[in-house]
Amino acid sequence: MTTQDPDQNLADLHLTDLLGPPPAEDVMAALHAKLTAQAEAAGLLDVAYRTLDTPVGTLLLAATPAGLVRVAYEREGVDTVLERLASKVSPRILRAPRRLDGAARQLEEYFGGHRQRFDLPLDLALASGFRRSVLSYLPAIGYGHTASYQSVAAAVHNPRAVRAVGTACATNPLPLVIPCHRVIRADGQLGAYLGGPEIKHQLLDLEASA
Amino acid sequence: MTGKQPFEKLVSQHGPAVLRVCRAVLGPVDADDAWSETFLSALQAYPKLPADANVEAWLVTIAHRKAIDVIRRAGRAAVPVADVSDAAARHAMATGATNSPDGRDLDLPRSLDRLPERQRFAVAYHYLAGLPYAEVAAIIGGTAEAARRAASDGIANLRKVHGTVR
Repeated sequence: MTTQDPDQNLADLHLTDLLGPPPAEDVMAALHAKLTAQAEAAGLLDVAYRTLDTPVGTLLLAATPAGLVRVAYEREGVDTVLERLASKVSPRILRAPRRLDGAARQLEEYFGGHRQRFDLPLDLALASGFRRSVLSYLPAIGYGHTASYQSVAAAVHNPRAVRAVGTACATNPLPLVIPCHRVIRADGQLGAYLGGPEIKHQLLDLEASA
Repeated sequence: MTGKQPFEKLVSQHGPAVLRVCRAVLGPVDADDAWSETFLSALQAYPKLPADANVEAWLVTIAHRKAIDVIRRAGRAAVPVADVSDAAARHAMATGATNSPDGRDLDLPRSLDRLPERQRFAVAYHYLAGLPYAEVAAIIGGTAEAARRAASDGIANLRKVHGTVR
């Protein structure tokens, strides 16, 4: 190379002085807010999400234009959940709280003991087949009540599919809103929960005391 | 990970660098709009982007196109490759003139605006966006070696102006 190496030049040159400082956080936040508004207006916001601090940890809420598509517990991992949404629904995902305002408010009311059923448009795009029919049935188990895996299997006309009901609950894309925590073992033990057994206990306590 | 990143990741990972690039190329006034247009276009096209694409190069390519649009709209002419000479650069530095043929103030407070456009692009895309010269060349045209020279000349010119600062 005959010309001077520009990287050598840079060694004694202040990039920030010459090219401007990195943008401030509030500038990026304002641009981000404008982008989400423009994306929504242009019909390009396939999945909007936000986080919500609750007594059972920080929840991730995500919605398509059709409705709430995902509620996820912290232990599932924000990145993992978003990557899954990107591959299963659409990679056009932005942190855009406004679409989740209704869901966030209703969840807060639920944790405050002031709401017994959710009234939200739901998008069951992440569930299909038998799992979907199980999930569609679960809201019939009322607030403060429980049902066994067996009875749910019977209710969806597949009494032998007890394990499949368990799987449907374990993979519920909309926990809390679709109350899989109300499905327990026939012997009265609580059984597994995708948010962890302690949280299942906590939710049933909440519903029992409200 | 074989799947595609959520678009939000692109905004958080590359948003600041792309804004710096827009500022360097266009100045602070036009930079915000160019950034917004860049990311909105990218969001639209994102589902069709191959999963193994170089995302930063792709975003800078879109930003470059938006910058060219802004420059054309403002009646500024992009400096053709052949016109970028040391003499032109020196003239611009000496007179403090911008590349704007209509003399419009480009609102670039820094010395970067005095560089010929091609040097400014090369410096921004290599040093701010961190793209290798092959990628820079793919965006601004010409060979990787020519892009390297443009960036090198741009840095050398910037040093001349900043000699007094140091």
